Amino acid sequence: MSVPTTHIVTLAALLFAVGAGGVLLRRSGISVLLGIELMLNAVNLTLVAFARQHGHLDGQVFVFFIMAVAAAEVAVGLALLVAIFRHQQSIDVDRLNILRW
Amino acid sequence: MELAVFYVAAVVAVATGVLAVAHRNPVVNVMSLVVTFFCVAVCYALLAAPFLAAAQILVYAGAILVLFLFVVMLLNAPLPTTDQPRKAQRIVGAAAVALVGLGGAALALLVAPAPRAPVAEGTAAAIGRLLVGPHLFAFELVSVLLLAALVGAMVLVKRKA
Repeated sequence: MSVPTTHIVTLAALLFAVGAGGVLLRRSGISVLLGIELMLNAVNLTLVAFARQHGHLDGQVFVFFIMAVAAAEVAVGLALLVAIFRHQQSIDVDRLNILRW
Repeated sequence: MELAVFYVAAVVAVATGVLAVAHRNPVVNVMSLVVTFFCVAVCYALLAAPFLAAAQILVYAGAILVLFLFVVMLLNAPLPTTDQPRKAQRIVGAAAVALVGLGGAALALLVAPAPRAPVAEGTAAAIGRLLVGPHLFAFELVSVLLLAALVGAMVLVKRKA
């Protein structure tokens, strides 16, 4: 018997919540980026589940594009982290407050 | 059989996902996220998406997390001794996480899905035909985006001469 779509979407909701927890509760910049990756994967999972539900492949094509954009996002995000670390010897996101008024 | 595989993959994915965001050691975070992404790839394989399962392992586990690991080791940042969220941050964050998780799970389980259409298998041939057919413009745009990200990342980490 194939996996019901509702169970897949439930798993995706849980993974998204875990990723959101990483973004909201951690102060290390790397953990924040990891949380974003986890949330992107959760969304990809729902897209694939609904693509199967509707018998359409467009959802899987969207996932392909999201993977490409995630790769670009991670490359730039990690480069920013490296630049920030060189600038102030820390990747604590709470210390990035020099743009405050 | 498929259901059993899915439940094992789901439990492992959530457990390693929690480890990936909760553990203090960044190397443990990245390595457990590798396991999470493998479990997601298993789910793709169960959902008639073999091409995406392969792409997930190649792109995420193979490229993105290696990049993460590389940066973790390059920075060699000391483990933050103050990596404790502030009180307000903890309350708001926990509330948001509970809302998203429970709300999403409840919605997913309560709303009756549309009737299942015949399955379209996402093989490399089928996806490729869609990519160079109706989605050709977006496909070309992605290549420009990747080039821009590549150049941007190099410029950002370049030391001043």
